[in-house]
Amino acid sequence: MEGLNPGQGHTYANEPQRLGAVEAIPDEAIRFVDVSKGFTGRQGYKKVLQHVSGTIGKGQVVTVVGPSGAGKSTLLSLVNLLESVDEGEVRVLGKQVTQWPVSQLRRTVGLVFQTPALLQGSVLDNLAVSTRLHGGTLTSPDNHLRRVGLSPDLLEQEAETLSGGQKQRVAMARTLVNNPPILLLDEVTSSLDVAAAREVEELIVQLRQESDLTLLWVTHDLRQAERVGTETWLMVDGKLVETAPTAEFFAQPKHQLSRRFLDGSLSGGMPQ
Amino acid sequence: MTLWTLTFTLLFVVLAMGISMWQKLGLEKDMVIATVRATVQLLIIGYILKAVFSLNNVIFTVLMLTLMIVVAAQNASRRGKGLKGTFWRLFAGIAITEIVTQAILLSFHVIPSKPSYVIPISGMIIGNSMVASGLFLNRLKAETQSQRQQILVLLSLGASPKQASRAVLKRAIKSSMIPTIDSTKTMGLVQLPGMMTGQIIAGANPVQAVRYQLLIVFAIIASAAITSMVVGFLTYPLLFNKRWQLVLSADE
Repeated sequence: MEGLNPGQGHTYANEPQRLGAVEAIPDEAIRFVDVSKGFTGRQGYKKVLQHVSGTIGKGQVVTVVGPSGAGKSTLLSLVNLLESVDEGEVRVLGKQVTQWPVSQLRRTVGLVFQTPALLQGSVLDNLAVSTRLHGGTLTSPDNHLRRVGLSPDLLEQEAETLSGGQKQRVAMARTLVNNPPILLLDEVTSSLDVAAAREVEELIVQLRQESDLTLLWVTHDLRQAERVGTETWLMVDGKLVETAPTAEFFAQPKHQLSRRFLDGSLSGGMPQ
Repeated sequence: MTLWTLTFTLLFVVLAMGISMWQKLGLEKDMVIATVRATVQLLIIGYILKAVFSLNNVIFTVLMLTLMIVVAAQNASRRGKGLKGTFWRLFAGIAITEIVTQAILLSFHVIPSKPSYVIPISGMIIGNSMVASGLFLNRLKAETQSQRQQILVLLSLGASPKQASRAVLKRAIKSSMIPTIDSTKTMGLVQLPGMMTGQIIAGANPVQAVRYQLLIVFAIIASAAITSMVVGFLTYPLLFNKRWQLVLSADE
């Protein structure tokens, strides 16, 4: 597993006994330390993540690529504790996710899903939900909508009547109301048409520049991963195969699986 | 009715079995089992009730009611597969319903405090609570599955389990009460309720029988509401773990 934790000179995967001694690095946003995770379903227990270790620095955009079923979405759900690890640990801003108050963790680490899943009601209802959950009222909803490039005229409109791209923007705005410094993006453009996908992508890049967000961005669109990432991770069968600066990953992939994935001979790796 | 005349009614079962054999439905064995079970269970309960009524003792009455609630909770908790610890929550929900409704009936002297009144009326209330709570669990699971994405969205925005499941809980409570309300609306038009029918057959004045039936109807509406609410608020936490994760897996 070469290429993990670039600059630190070792991987944690080989040193699980060091778990208790993990030191926080001042500029780290997210850190996975020898993480394994499985699920028990109808076909019995299935391991989804195996010994994943990696660090995401503050302000980075890590694009996660890999064939379907590689465990990319599961990796995201561990960061905001929608799922728990079986082994290893996940740290957010230097603190283990299990040691955060859950609500505070989930407001610090925003998650945007593949399907926008807007709640019943108006656009305003959807934007206001985050503050309402924490006992407040939303101030200046107009600005929140403008921030994602939508007109404040839409505030009173039923969320259900919006287009796919608009829904995803509202979902994004709803997450951003909490002002999370870290944002997890789970295939956020894959349910959109090409033009809407591009617009949402550009919006995210712009938001990140404005507010210094750290992004962990799962995408199956390799061109997108190349355009937006500062670092790219390839996951195959629950393992983190390669992590490298994005330009390097696409120009000179080190691992054989990376090369196969990029030339489309690994299932799910067809460039779009 | 004598046992001898009762025996003749077995002809109904014979008729049903005949149809089953003729049409090769293969239900004969089940019919025999059902007939024997119903007969034995009802005869036993008849003798137990006779004993409890004649003892007219609070302890035996309470024991009898507790047993009924246990059986009802056990039966309804089968609908809660995939959720751990539903039995005690259902037991509590049904017991609270029974206590509240009986407290009202007895304290306002609507019914005399005799086992021969308390037990049959409790039977109807507990039975209805059992149906309502079974239905509630069913709906809670189904709604949670269909609204799974919304629940995850709310949780990931920092919602507590209570906040994340509020909409689902409300819908499950509502749909578990609908059958009770619907059957109340058509009462007397489509079917004569069992208790009233029984009283009329036993020679009671139909108007008097109607009064008792109304009492039951009102108590049953209240019991459906109380059960659904109590069971609802006791069971929604089972959908989540202490880390505020949705634990009801997608294929359950």
